[in-house]
Amino acid sequence: MPKVLVVDDEPNIVLSLEFLMQQAGFEVTTAEDGESALARVAEAGPDLILLDISLPDLSGFEVLERLRQTPRGATLPIIMLTAHGREVEREKGLALGADDYITKPFSTQALVEKVKALLDEAR
Amino acid sequence: MPRTTKPSRRRERLLALLLLALVLFSPPLVMIADRPLGGGLSALPLYLLLAWALVIGLAAWLLEGGPREEDQG
Amino acid sequence: MRSEAVILAAAFGYLALLFLIAAWGDRRASQGRSVIGSPTVYALSIAVYCTAWTFYGSVGRATTQGASFLLIYLGPTLAMLSAPFILRKMVRIAAAQRLTSIADFISARYGKSGALGALVALIALIGITPYIALQLKAITLSHAVLVSYPAAVDWRLAEEPFWADKSFWVALVLAVFIILFGTRHLDASERHEGMVAAIAFESLVKLVAFLAVGLFTLFVLFRGPADLFAQAGASPALRGAFDLAAVEGGALGWSGLLLLAFLAFLTLPRQFQVLVVENVDERHLRRASWLFPLYLLAINLLVIPIALAGMLLLEGSDPDSFVLTLPLSAGLEGLPLLVFIGGLSAATGMVIVETIALSTMLSNQLVMPWLLRASRLHAAHRGELRGWLLGIRRVAILLILLLGYLYHALLGDAYSLVTIGLVSFAAAAQFAPALLLGLYWRGANRTGAIVGLLLGFAVWVYTLLLPGFAQSGWLPLSFVEAGPWGLDWLRPYALFGLEGWDRYSHALFWSLGLNLAALVGLSLFTPQSRLEQTQAALFTEALHRDAMPAGVWQGETSRGELRRLLSRYLGAKVATRVLESGDDTQPAPPVLIARTERALAGALGSASARVLINSVVRGEALDLEAVLSILDTTSQTLEVNRRLEQKSQELARIGQELRAANERLRELDRLKDEFVAMVSHELRTPLTSIRAFAEILRDGQDLPEAKREQFLEVVVHESQRLSRLIEEILDLARLESGRLTLTPRRLDLAMLARHGLAAVERLQAERGVSLEVAIEADPAWVVGDPDRLEQVIINLLDNAGKFADDEHPRVRLSLCRHKDHYRLAVEDNGPGIAEDERERVFEKFHQIQRQQHGERRPRPKGSGLGLPISRGIVAHLGGRLWVESAPTLGGASLVMELPEAPNES
Repeated sequence: MPKVLVVDDEPNIVLSLEFLMQQAGFEVTTAEDGESALARVAEAGPDLILLDISLPDLSGFEVLERLRQTPRGATLPIIMLTAHGREVEREKGLALGADDYITKPFSTQALVEKVKALLDEAR
Repeated sequence: MPRTTKPSRRRERLLALLLLALVLFSPPLVMIADRPLGGGLSALPLYLLLAWALVIGLAAWLLEGGPREEDQG
Repeated sequence: MRSEAVILAAAFGYLALLFLIAAWGDRRASQGRSVIGSPTVYALSIAVYCTAWTFYGSVGRATTQGASFLLIYLGPTLAMLSAPFILRKMVRIAAAQRLTSIADFISARYGKSGALGALVALIALIGITPYIALQLKAITLSHAVLVSYPAAVDWRLAEEPFWADKSFWVALVLAVFIILFGTRHLDASERHEGMVAAIAFESLVKLVAFLAVGLFTLFVLFRGPADLFAQAGASPALRGAFDLAAVEGGALGWSGLLLLAFLAFLTLPRQFQVLVVENVDERHLRRASWLFPLYLLAINLLVIPIALAGMLLLEGSDPDSFVLTLPLSAGLEGLPLLVFIGGLSAATGMVIVETIALSTMLSNQLVMPWLLRASRLHAAHRGELRGWLLGIRRVAILLILLLGYLYHALLGDAYSLVTIGLVSFAAAAQFAPALLLGLYWRGANRTGAIVGLLLGFAVWVYTLLLPGFAQSGWLPLSFVEAGPWGLDWLRPYALFGLEGWDRYSHALFWSLGLNLAALVGLSLFTPQSRLEQTQAALFTEALHRDAMPAGVWQGETSRGELRRLLSRYLGAKVATRVLESGDDTQPAPPVLIARTERALAGALGSASARVLINSVVRGEALDLEAVLSILDTTSQTLEVNRRLEQKSQELARIGQELRAANERLRELDRLKDEFVAMVSHELRTPLTSIRAFAEILRDGQDLPEAKREQFLEVVVHESQRLSRLIEEILDLARLESGRLTLTPRRLDLAMLARHGLAAVERLQAERGVSLEVAIEADPAWVVGDPDRLEQVIINLLDNAGKFADDEHPRVRLSLCRHKDHYRLAVEDNGPGIAEDERERVFEKFHQIQRQQHGERRPRPKGSGLGLPISRGIVAHLGGRLWVESAPTLGGASLVMELPEAPNES
């Protein structure tokens, strides 16, 4: 069963993502800030990460950047989530190596499909 | 007087002193001072000498307190 | 000790000493080591103002006219205080144009007018002669008192032949003395340095002598001032001696005399000489402005004690001699001799300077112009005229002193010392309108000055001089009492029926009034010559220009001709100094012509110098228009420059303001973008949860009931959050646009605080925050909108909970009274807020900025709009909201201050 790591500081959003991923048949771990997200990647070895940009400590970009430098994180599929609707941020995320970029509020269906597609691709 | 005082300020102060002296030495005030002292003599000369000394003192203070080059302005 | 021989020896010894000092001063000057280059010497030389009239006459006047003797010295004090405005200008002009007397000065101001110069010189001669006579009288009288005491002085002048009259010999000796040291040079631009040194010395002598008598009187004749004043106060005759009522003319006479002394100090020829001509450095005026008045104060300090002592001890004797008779009556020998020398020095000082000043005027304004006009002289004496000039001066000196003697011998007895002095003062004061007005009003012209002077002088003669003659028996006394030919309205002391005034105020009013009226009136209605316009401009603008042109010559002449002119009048040495060496056949540049003119003016007066220069310069002599236009252009250019400077400064300032405003606008723009981005971010967050769960609920029909309820709860909660946020944003928008509606009423802040606490209690307990409460002011009545204020309090508590320490969060609410305000403070035990951050927490979007700066501290939940809104609300209610360090918990403290509500009534 593929593992998905959900990183967001909004408990209700985490709750919804967790439910959606479980419903889609994935194993879910959660983290609510950047440092614990990096730790979870190291200990749990997720197959995909849903990463919010506005985190209390590190920004999502920083987490992304640091992950891409580790051997395990270099090829890990990562989807960025953001409440900022600005185009520059999307470009920045993609440039830093994000695999996809989803703007909040999102369509649950589209999100689940994207996750599935990326996991298939990675496999 | 601080060194930064402008010459014009000093001229203004001197002008004010001149007017003060004029008022001090002239009738309305002089008439007020013209009353007997304890001994029976008028206080007028005493008043004049004191006012005079005050004016001279102020003039000396204004003129000698400031920097030299102020005289040029 | 009081033998004739001793007295004569002392007197001549003293004169010899003076001569030595003068010679020493002259030698030092020629070596370039001037002894008078000190403001103190300058101030002392001005004290030539204190003549025998001061030395003997002040006491005399004090006995008859009370305190009014002081006016003679208060006037000059005022004049010295006005030195920066009047004297400085005169000194600068005289130096630039080499003007050597007041006659020269006035003549130069009104277009170098020869007639005006001559008129001033004549008036000075006639007006001052009595004053010189007065000094002769003082010397003779003091000598007589000294010799014949205790016998009364025997005056039988009229019956004695002149060679038996001591005054005659005094005059003669003085004449010789003055000729010896007053006319050693010709070029008056070489000032009389020796004379000034001697005069300064004399000022010290007379001061010391007078103070000695005063101290002797106070402490030897009496047991200190208290004793003297007590005795005087006890004497009914002396009680009113110093009342204002003793002054002739009362308050009016008082003012008149003050004005007279003020004007005379500036216009007396000898004062002009020492103040202006002998001034070596304009800056000396500053020290002299207070030092000279101080000298006057010192020499007058003991006049009253001496006068009182004289009246008490020497009843019936001449008050003018008290200074001398007081020590004599005590049987002293040395002190009277010192007093005699002091009086002698006061008298000689005046006579020396006055005579030199008058002789310069006589030769330069009266004799030389006449000689120059007599072409005979040109033809006959192609050689040096220098000797002539010196001869004229010497004869003039002799003449002046003999005139003084004549006046003294013929009618000197009628007046007391001070009276004669005042008559001379009034004559000199006639120069004041032309002199002073000419310094400040460009329009004053020659015609006005001449007519004004003539009128003033005529009135002076009529109201002061002729009555003096009458009192001496030259005219019938009825002239004074009933008026000439019995015409009542022509009485000299009550002209046109102006009665009840003292004679000096009366004379001053009519003479100066007519003088001034003529000067102003005629100046307004008669034209000015071009030279006059130039000179008027140069005089009035003297202080605004550093290099003042003395005249611009357009004409043509050769250096040789100028050299011949100079050596003829001033000697070859001077000619070489002024012109230096050069080809004598070459045309002389205008600068050289101007220098020659100034050199000649220094010796001959400006009017004569102009005549002489005109005689050798061919063609257009003076281009007045050019000078005027130079002056005007310069001042216009200066003005334009000043304005330009002003404008450019203004422009720079406006530019800066614009840049700042632009910067501010950009900043606002940036802030607006931030705001929009932040609002969008904050709105999207709850919206995300709502949409996600709504879709989950829609798609998952088979959800367990528990999950379904949990998710619905989230949707509801997030919707509430969304509406709160929208509410906040709207509040902020209303606050910023000023449309926030508050419904203020009287309320108890303590009660409200408790409500707020209750509202957050549960939430804080969940977070583990311990709440402390310290309400000291209960009730605390303020005026406010209860809902809004509660919102603020909850916001503060909420905020504090978020910022409190992570491990053991504590929040403390306190309410206390501070003056007529109530302060509600909410503290936390968090890290606190740095000093420079404290204002910024009230900026909206503050959180965003913190985040952008990459701070590691966990971001507190909330929109970041709470504090700005709270501050806005508190400000609307007339209060303040700020951050400070928490006094109890050590973190940050947010303090809200509201004014106390007025009592209900």
